[in-house]
Amino acid sequence: MGGEIEGLLVILCLNTIYAYGIFLPAASGQLNLGAAGFITLGAYAAAWLNMSPDSEPGGLGLPMVLSIPSAVLFAAAVGFVISVPILRTRGVYMVLATFAFAEVVSGLVINLEFVGAAAGMPAEDHVDFTGLLIITICVVAFCYYLMSTRFGLAMRSVHDDESVATLFGVNVRATRVAAFTIGAAIVGLGGALYGHHFNYVEAQGFNVLLSIFILLYVLLGGTQTAWGPLVGAAFFTFIPETIRWLGRWVGGEFGKELIEYRLVAFGIIIVMMMVLRPEGVVTRTLLERVFTLRRRAAPAAAE
Amino acid sequence: MSDAVLTITELNKSFGGLQVIDDVSFDVARGSRTALIGPNGAGKTTVFNLLTGVYPIDDGRTVLDGVDVTNIPAKDRVIAGMSRSFQNIRLMPHLSTVENVMLGQHARARGLAQQLFPLGLLRRNRWAEEARAALEQAGLDTYPGQVVADLPYGIQKRIEVVRAMVANPKILLLDEPAAGLNSEETEELQLLLRQINDRGTTLLVVEHDMHFVRTLCQQVVVLNFGKKIFEGTPDEVHRDPAVKQAYLGTDSTAPEEAGNAA
Ligand SMILES: Nc1ncnc2c1ncn2[C@@H]1O[C@H](COP(=O)(O)OP(=O)(O)OP(=O)(O)O)[C@@H](O)[C@H]1O
Ligand SMILES: [Mg+2]
Repeated sequence: MGGEIEGLLVILCLNTIYAYGIFLPAASGQLNLGAAGFITLGAYAAAWLNMSPDSEPGGLGLPMVLSIPSAVLFAAAVGFVISVPILRTRGVYMVLATFAFAEVVSGLVINLEFVGAAAGMPAEDHVDFTGLLIITICVVAFCYYLMSTRFGLAMRSVHDDESVATLFGVNVRATRVAAFTIGAAIVGLGGALYGHHFNYVEAQGFNVLLSIFILLYVLLGGTQTAWGPLVGAAFFTFIPETIRWLGRWVGGEFGKELIEYRLVAFGIIIVMMMVLRPEGVVTRTLLERVFTLRRRAAPAAAE
Repeated sequence: MSDAVLTITELNKSFGGLQVIDDVSFDVARGSRTALIGPNGAGKTTVFNLLTGVYPIDDGRTVLDGVDVTNIPAKDRVIAGMSRSFQNIRLMPHLSTVENVMLGQHARARGLAQQLFPLGLLRRNRWAEEARAALEQAGLDTYPGQVVADLPYGIQKRIEVVRAMVANPKILLLDEPAAGLNSEETEELQLLLRQINDRGTTLLVVEHDMHFVRTLCQQVVVLNFGKKIFEGTPDEVHRDPAVKQAYLGTDSTAPEEAGNAA
């Protein structure tokens, strides 16, 4: 496989994992703009746990099979603890609270000597593309399963109308905390895999722009079904590349300009999608239509 | 009167100084079909909101089948045995018909194993089958997979009733279930409610349509300005001077004409 394409697919895998971690709370009506915080936690925890004690800045020297799950648990634990104050906030205040959390994490990590402070630190063991792909598929399958359970039904009910959900016996608070915590664990997993794939972690790379993009993938992909984050992440991972490719293909002055202004084009596409598909690209109604069409088409084709 | 499944004692509620429920007490007999009627703004929906814990009550007591439920959390009341439908449709707009009905089963599906059971992946599971059967019983089996936001009003209104029904409550609280239904749909609803009642579920129904009340219910409680002004049979209700006065005072129609006009 070409290095360029593999590089892009690696980004797609990571973006997909991050997106599912932000999707779970979003599906229950909570906007988490703190992805970068959980990525940082996962990446640094995995790197530190994995690094041999003899090298600089030093760590515990655990193998990857332990460092990654431990990093996931760590992110989950932090997610659980902060979900208590954060879930008291609503709407844009929750967006700001989660954003502030990520800033706190980043601010702390940059000043902690034992994880390399501002210089960052290496994550020694390597996860190759195949490993990353397999884990991504597992994450997607897990989230798909989770959304199909009664817990998933409770999450979606809380998203739609929490007071009615309560009246039918849903524990709204527990549902929210669980969704947020599992989401934090998944984002942390993405961070750990990032570290072990690129073999270096640096807090500056996990900034608010990343959090914004991840939330965008989720919202524009659609929070109503478990397909939304996959479509959103794929769409936004490939669009900048597609514009670049298009520019090269068109060629000439216009092609060059297209490449130069691709961020503008990207922005315009985002705004257009928000206008055209305010509930996200993939909605329940859309899936229902597609499946009914297929069911109707099948007997017709058989005749 | 036979034993009561629900006992409401001296219920009081005010909103910003306005006494909306004023010392209301009544019993709902076990297995009965009881109506709660009254002019617009009388406080009928508020009674349901107080019973189900949407708002805390100011004063009073509600006992459900021997258990004091006055102060238990809202989410536990459906477990205690009451579920309700809403006057303004409150279905989950992004869920399909079957999923909305499965939400109604939520209180019966306790424990982690139930929470993690993949309802949506296994098409033939007992919860989904039961939800489909309930929809079929209500004559709504044509729309199981559809997102409810895309369905017509009359259908959504009846899905509300089915969702509340599948909680298998001791008492089912229905807030104007027939409002906005055509006569055929009303007929079907009436049949469904009788079937539910035959299985032993007590019904407490808020309804403006007096014909519907008279044909369905054996007992009627009338509220006016938050006070109970009458309790008796449907035959007695339109002869009662206080009830006549209540309806004359507001829109100059006796309850039965008020129902027909609506
Ligand atoms: N949350 C609230 N805050 C303030 N006032 C309220 C609230 N809920 C209800 N009320 C008031 O309480 C009174 C009774 O309202 P309620 O909805 O219970 O009447 P209702 O009998 O159900 O009327 P309708 O037949 O129109 O449905 C009304 O005056 C209403 O304005
Ligand atoms: Mg009302």
